[in-house]
Amino acid sequence: MAERRRPVATMPAPPAAAAAGVRGDAAEPPVLVRRGRWDARRRERLVELGFLAPAVVYVALFFGYPLVKNVVMAFQEYTTRTFFTGEAPWVGLANYTAVLGSSVFSQAVLNTALFTVGSIAGQFVLGLLLALLFRRRFPLSGVLRSLLLLPWLVPLIASSAVWRWILDQDSGVLNQFLRATGLVDGRPGWLTSTSLALLAVVVVNIWIGIPFNTTILYGGLQDIPEELYEAAALDGATGWRAFRHVTWPLLRPVVTVVLVLGVVYTLKVLDIILGLTGGGPANATQTIATQSYQLSFQEFDFGQGAALGNVLIVLSLLFAVLYLRVNRRAVDE
Amino acid sequence: MARRGTVQRRTTAAAVALLAPLALVACGGGDDTAADATGEVTSLTVQDYYNNEPDNTVYQEALEACGQQVGVSIERTSVPGDSLIAKVLQQSSSRTLPDILMLDNPDLQQIAASGALAPLGDFGLSAEGYAEGVVDASTYDGELYGLQPVTNTIALYYNEDVLAQAGVRPPTTWEELKTAAAALTQGDRYGIAFSGINTYEGTWQFLPFMWSNGGSETEIASPENAEALQLWVDLVRSGSASEAVVGWAQADVNDQFKAGNAAMMINGPWQNPTLNETAGLNYGIAPIPVPQAGDEAVAPLGGETWTIPQTGDEARQAAAAEVVECLTSDENQLALAEKRFTVPTKTAVAERYGQQVPEMQAFVDMVPTLRARTGELGEEWPEAATKIYTGVQTALTGGAEPLAALQQAENG
Repeated sequence: MAERRRPVATMPAPPAAAAAGVRGDAAEPPVLVRRGRWDARRRERLVELGFLAPAVVYVALFFGYPLVKNVVMAFQEYTTRTFFTGEAPWVGLANYTAVLGSSVFSQAVLNTALFTVGSIAGQFVLGLLLALLFRRRFPLSGVLRSLLLLPWLVPLIASSAVWRWILDQDSGVLNQFLRATGLVDGRPGWLTSTSLALLAVVVVNIWIGIPFNTTILYGGLQDIPEELYEAAALDGATGWRAFRHVTWPLLRPVVTVVLVLGVVYTLKVLDIILGLTGGGPANATQTIATQSYQLSFQEFDFGQGAALGNVLIVLSLLFAVLYLRVNRRAVDE
Repeated sequence: MARRGTVQRRTTAAAVALLAPLALVACGGGDDTAADATGEVTSLTVQDYYNNEPDNTVYQEALEACGQQVGVSIERTSVPGDSLIAKVLQQSSSRTLPDILMLDNPDLQQIAASGALAPLGDFGLSAEGYAEGVVDASTYDGELYGLQPVTNTIALYYNEDVLAQAGVRPPTTWEELKTAAAALTQGDRYGIAFSGINTYEGTWQFLPFMWSNGGSETEIASPENAEALQLWVDLVRSGSASEAVVGWAQADVNDQFKAGNAAMMINGPWQNPTLNETAGLNYGIAPIPVPQAGDEAVAPLGGETWTIPQTGDEARQAAAAEVVECLTSDENQLALAEKRFTVPTKTAVAERYGQQVPEMQAFVDMVPTLRARTGELGEEWPEAATKIYTGVQTALTGGAEPLAALQQAENG
């Protein structure tokens, strides 16, 4: 989306152009008309600022302030008391040492990593396969493609309630099916066993993420010209070889975007875990995000919650920067 | 009334002067004459979490009746239970707290510690005649901050038909509980259901077991607590209780019991309305089994307490105190208890209630020994509660033996 720099008109740019972000770096004007042009330049600059202001205020108020507040809060003893007295004593790095030193933290980091990697891998592979499938036109493909969006449309609280019911150990549909077909002995505790709960949560999150991956990858596939496949077919490349040498290289920029955005979205997943297991059993599905929520809104230790939240923000930021770099390169190509 | 004691008389003249005529009308206490009326307090704001029926109507009517007695109209807001504290914190910082605030009793000390609540002694209210646990829960730093009209706790619910069929009597000791649960487990039906979930509800359900065994929340990794946890582990490992208990909230436990998937359950009287509506279900209520015959059952104190926030308006606070006093009067304790399947918190009133409503006798018996969750640790309770349910979950899922699991949890 990077705006290509256009040659600047000799006349002062109309406000609309200023809003679009055109920078008025004209060549040095002749000395005689300099004064008049300076006035025009200044006016232009003011108009630019006027158009920028709402965006700046918005970003500062709704993104900057909370972020700064969160960073500051992590250095304070910010508890229920603070709300009434307004006092939040500075505690230096105490919140960070408490949070990073707890045994839950290492488990939360491991869980966050497994959850993110597992979810992304599953979502991406299944999403890509489905996108490739829908590239071929077949009866009802349009209907099926819209049905695929369903997980995206159902509120997460509702879908997690349904999944809880499906995965219930004693009376869940899944275990009833497994028992009826004799595939599994006994009743696996999908959400109640420490060895299975994380897997179950990942599977549900994959289900939720497939529509996003399919939609974006399908869009990317649409952009690959049909002629390339025809030319490749003439050279004898069809099927897997066409995918390997035509589809994949041309889809790569989109793939990177999908993966990086997917990581950022998955790192912060809270609702689906809270809805399914609440981070349990015995912290088996506790991630950095759920632990931060637990500290802030269950134990009302907002300082520690903020410290953990900041760890998450830094992690997401790394991937966001990666995304921006990749995105810029993709557009430049 | 008899319990208007010395504390009432200590009320400063200034506060009484501001009381307006409201004090005169309140609760029939005619002896504490107030100065002349300025009568500027005409309405009070009230905030609670009774947003479900029948509680919603019951409290609306009780508050309105008390408001009428005091001479003010009541503007009541009900918020969902899990968002009450967040709302209170927000109101604390914007100084928009209501005149009368209901809090779940284990939350009182944390909010009182913030300075947002007014000591009730300032308005001449005292907790005379209340069960000890109730007073503990509503006291912070030696001052009384709330009055709680009724309480609830948890007990052993059993399916009378299933027990009769199996020839099993309601268990009274841990050994009997294990034997009964095993005998009642059949096919898809478990002997017992309880909540071992990773929230404060899980801790709340575990407390009567650890407390009755002499355990305490001040030392989580104690042999007494480990023994109690061993009982839960035994019930699950023997198959008498489902492994799914680690994911069940109390409402889920109730659903299992209602559906006939459990012959007994640990639950509280707030479930009685839905249980009574369940066709073909005959249930009985017994105290939670104790370690050995003759041991005293110690159950956790449930229920909500009524507080008066520091709004800075003494006239309104005084009027609010009158409403709270009315709401916690003997008559209202009885009325609220009867309508809401709860038990009066004044021991004498509770006894009277037991005679009137025999099916609640199991709960009445527990009132004198009910223990407040915040009694020992005060505002540190949430941290301990988190550790307790974490230890319970670790042991129930086989992560460690009970004592080791509690040790891990205590170390954080």
